[in-house]
Amino acid sequence: MTAVDEIKIGGMGASRRRVEDNRFIRGKGNYIDDVVLPGMLHMEILRSPLAHARIRSIDTSKAWAMPGVRLVLTGETMAARNLAWMPTLSYDTQAVLATDKVRFQGQEVACVIADDPYIAKDACEAIMVDYEPLPPIVNPTQSLADGAPLIRDDKENQPDNVIYDWEVGDKDGTDRAFAEADVVSKLELHYPRSHPSPIECCGSIADFNRSTSKLTVYMTTQAPHIIRAAVALVAELPEQMIRIISPDIGGGFGNKVPVYPGYVASILASILLERPVKWIEDRTGNLISTGFARDVYLHGELALRKDGRILGVRMQTTADHGAFFSDAQPSKFKIGLMHSAFSCYDIPNAHLVARGVYTNKAPGGVAYRCSFRVTEAMFFQERMVQAAADDLGMDQAEFRRINFVRDDDFPHRTPWGFLTDSGQYAKCLDVGLEAIGYQDFLAQKEEAAKRGRLLGIGISTMTEPLGAGNSREYDILGIKMFDSAELKVHITGKALLRTGAKSQGQGHETTWAQIVAHELGIPAEDIVVEEGDTDTAPFGMGTYASRSTPVAGAAVAMVSRKIRAKARKIAAHLLEISEEDIEWELGRFYVRSQPDRGVTIQECAVAAYSNMPDGMEPGLDNTAYYDPPNLTWPFACYIATVEVDPETGVWDVLRLVAVDDCGVRINPMIVEGQIMGGLTEAYAMASMQFITFDEEGNCVGSNFTDYLLPTAWETPGFELHEVVTPCPHHPIGAKGIGECAAVGGPAAFVNAVIDALKGTGVRNIDMPVFPDRVYEALQTGQDISGAPPVRTDEA
Amino acid sequence: MSSLYEVVPSEAADDVPVMKVTIRVNGENRSAMVEPRLLLAHLLRQGFNLTGTHTGCDTTNCGACTVLFDGQPVKSCTMFAVQADGHDVMTVEGLAGPSELHAIQEGFKEEHGLQCGFCTPGMMMTSKALLDENPNPTEDEIRWALSGNLCRCTGYQNIVKAVMWAATKLDGQ
Repeated sequence: MTAVDEIKIGGMGASRRRVEDNRFIRGKGNYIDDVVLPGMLHMEILRSPLAHARIRSIDTSKAWAMPGVRLVLTGETMAARNLAWMPTLSYDTQAVLATDKVRFQGQEVACVIADDPYIAKDACEAIMVDYEPLPPIVNPTQSLADGAPLIRDDKENQPDNVIYDWEVGDKDGTDRAFAEADVVSKLELHYPRSHPSPIECCGSIADFNRSTSKLTVYMTTQAPHIIRAAVALVAELPEQMIRIISPDIGGGFGNKVPVYPGYVASILASILLERPVKWIEDRTGNLISTGFARDVYLHGELALRKDGRILGVRMQTTADHGAFFSDAQPSKFKIGLMHSAFSCYDIPNAHLVARGVYTNKAPGGVAYRCSFRVTEAMFFQERMVQAAADDLGMDQAEFRRINFVRDDDFPHRTPWGFLTDSGQYAKCLDVGLEAIGYQDFLAQKEEAAKRGRLLGIGISTMTEPLGAGNSREYDILGIKMFDSAELKVHITGKALLRTGAKSQGQGHETTWAQIVAHELGIPAEDIVVEEGDTDTAPFGMGTYASRSTPVAGAAVAMVSRKIRAKARKIAAHLLEISEEDIEWELGRFYVRSQPDRGVTIQECAVAAYSNMPDGMEPGLDNTAYYDPPNLTWPFACYIATVEVDPETGVWDVLRLVAVDDCGVRINPMIVEGQIMGGLTEAYAMASMQFITFDEEGNCVGSNFTDYLLPTAWETPGFELHEVVTPCPHHPIGAKGIGECAAVGGPAAFVNAVIDALKGTGVRNIDMPVFPDRVYEALQTGQDISGAPPVRTDEA
Repeated sequence: MSSLYEVVPSEAADDVPVMKVTIRVNGENRSAMVEPRLLLAHLLRQGFNLTGTHTGCDTTNCGACTVLFDGQPVKSCTMFAVQADGHDVMTVEGLAGPSELHAIQEGFKEEHGLQCGFCTPGMMMTSKALLDENPNPTEDEIRWALSGNLCRCTGYQNIVKAVMWAATKLDGQ
C-alpha cells in the first residue's frame, strides 16, 4: 500500500474543476435577490439629486398615503433612535439618512418600505424634499482653497476640509539624496476615481423576530463577522442575537466590504415592522453611492545617479475621499499602504507626505481589487520608473534590473519599512522579456517608426503586500486581522470545512478542499466547504486584500495539521505501537519498520468515533486561528505592446505578457482565472473605466452606458507565464494573487502608450488613456491631465 | 386559480390596470395577471421563480438577464412581461433537463468560464443563440456575439474557450 496520488484526489497543484460551478451553470446560485422569506417587504432608497445642499424640509405624507406603503424612514426617524450617523471603517462618521445636509449626489435621504419594490419606488417619487443648494466641491484644489465651504460642519474640531496629513520616511536623508542626484525625474499623475462594479449590486434582507429577539440579516458582504460586530455596536443589539448570512455573492472586488446605509435602514425597518425587509440596490445607486476606488493625485520625484541607480524617492499624494472618510484600511495607516511603493527596488532614502480631503462626492476609497491604496502606489511607482528611465535615456528593462532587490538580499527592508521575504525579480523580468521578444520588438518598433507607425512597449514590475495582516500591525477598528478554519472529519472519513473568509467568485469551495486533501489525503470531493454564516463559521475577517489564501488558507492547512496530529495518536492505538514509530505519507500512517502495516486517515476517522484510545476525547474536529508572521509578497511582471494610430489617437493592444510569482499554486486553473480577470480590470482602468463629476457635482458614470466596462470585444488576449518562489512563512508556501494583475497591470498599458509617443515630448497622459487624450497629446506635445473640471464662477 | 385561495391586498389601488399574459416558458405555458409595466425579468424571477435570470444594470448593458425570446437573445430587464404574451421564452433553467447538462454548461465548467457566476446564465443564453445560428464560430465571432454581456471576473478569455468547447462537443453529437 502506498500514499494516495495527490493530483488524483484533487490536492495541491490540481486544476480541479470548481464545485460551485455545479449550481451556477444551472442558474441555481443563491444570490441575495434570490432569497425570499415569508411576509417579506421591499425597501427602496430616495437619493439626493444635488451634490451639496441644506435640507429645509421633507414631506413624506403623499408616500405614506399610497396603498401598499408600510413605512417611510427619514433622517429624523433614524436620529430618534440614534441611528442617523454610523461609524466608518476609518474612524469617521457617515450619514445613514441625511438630517442636516446632503453632501454628495446620490446620498441616501429617505427609505420607503412597501409590499412590492415597484410600489416602494413609486412612493420614493412622491416624497417632496426642499433643498437649499450650496456650492459643490468636486476636487481637492477647490476643497483646499481659502474660504472653501465646509463640507463636514457636522463635526467638531473640523475647521477645514482636510481629513489628515500624514508623513512617513526619512525627510532629511531623502533631501540629501536629492542634493547629490545627477538627475531628478518628476511626474504629476492622477489615478482617477473608479468603481469596482460587480455585476451584482449590493443588497440585504433583514429579518427581526420579536418572539426570539433574533436578527437574521442576509447581506452581500465580503466580511460577515465584521458586519456582525458592527451591527452589535451600532444597533446596540446583543451579538449572540445577530446572525449575518452572506449568500452567494455576484462579485465583490472590495465593493462589498463597507457597511452601507441601505443595510442599516433595512435592519431598522425590520425591527420596527417585525417583518423581513429586502433591499436590492439598483445599478445607479451602486455606482453613485457605494465604495468608489482610487481618486489620488501624485507629485512624485526620483533622485537618480547617471549610472541608473535610484538614490531617493519623494512622493506627495492627495486623496479625494468624498464626503465621508470611509476607506477600508488598517487602522494604523492613514492612507492605507501607499508607502508600499517601490518595495521591489533597492532605494536607500524615501519620504512620503499624504493628504486626504473631503469633497462633495460619494464616500468610499475601498479596495477595488487592491489592498489598501496599494494599487495607486504601484501605478505611481511604475509610471515614475518609466519616466526616470526615459529621463536618463536608459532602457526601461535595464533600469529596473539595476535597481531591483537581488535574490540574495532577502529579507529586505523596503524604502518605507516593510519587510519583504522572497522573490526572483530579475528572473521574472527575464521570462517576460523573452516571452514578448523584447529585442525583436524594439527593432520592429524602430522599423515601423520609419513608416510613420507608432509602436510602444510598456513594462510594469512590482511586488505588493498581500494578505493582511499580521495582527501586530494590521487591525480594522481594533479587530486584529487573523483568520480561521474549522474542520470536522465525520465518522466515514468525509469532512466539513468552514472558514472565516467569504468567496465571491474566488472558488473557496474548491480550493480549500484541495488544501485539506494535501494535508490529510482525504479526497477533495469528500470535503464540503461552507462560508459566510456567522452562526456556524468561525470568526474571521473576511475576503478582500487578497488575504484568503495567505491567512484563511493558512488556517485551513494548520487545522488539518491539528487533525493529523490527533489522527496520529489514534493510528498508534490502532497499530498498537508507539507514536514515535509511526510515519506519515499522504492519506496514511504506517509503521516505520513495516511500511506495509498502516492505517488510512479514514480508518483513523472511524476509530475517532468508535475505537479511541483510553482517555482520548472522542471525535475528530478542530479549529485553527491563524495570525500570519508577515504579509505575503508576490511579484509580477506585466509587459504590453501597443500600436497607436496617430490619425485618431486610438491604441490597440498587440500583446500582453504576464509573469506572476505567487508562490505555490493550489489550483493553477483558478490562479490563472484570477490573473486574467485582474488584467482585464487593469486594461479597463487604462483604457476606459472612470467615474468623474461635472462642475455641479453630478456624477458622470452613473450607469453602464456612461461608465464603460470592457466587453469581450475590446478585451485583449493574455499570455500567462509563471515563476514560483514559495512564501517562506506560509504553511503551504502560497502568496496572494487575486489583485496582482489589477494592481500592476494598468502601468504596463499606460507605459506602452507613452513609449509609443516617445520623442513627442509627451511624458504623461492620465488614465483613462482615451483616444481623444492621445490625439490631443500628439497634436500639442503636452501632457494630458485627467483632473476633473473646476467650477469657474466660484473660483 | 391553482389553489383554493388568492391573497389580495386589502388596500390595493382600484385604478391599476391588470392584464393576463400567457408565455411559453421553457416549453411550458405559464400564465399570470400582470401590471403592464412589470418587466419580463421580474415576472420570470418573482412570478415563475426562475431566479437563474439575473438583473445587473437596469439599462440593457450587462446582459445578466439575457433569455431567448422566440430563439433570439433579448435582455429581459428591458422588456415588459406583456410583450412576451403568446411568445416563447427560454431561460437558463430550460437549457437542460433535470440532472442533465447542455454542452454550453459543461463547457463553462470545463474551461473555467465563470467565477462569481452572476453573469453566467446570460452569457450561456447568448452563447446558445450564437451556436444555434453558427455552430462553428471563430474567436472573433464569439467575442462579437458576447459583446452585449459583461463579465467582471474572468476577462472573457475562458468564456471564449468555453463556447468553443461546447461547439466542438455539439459538432460531434
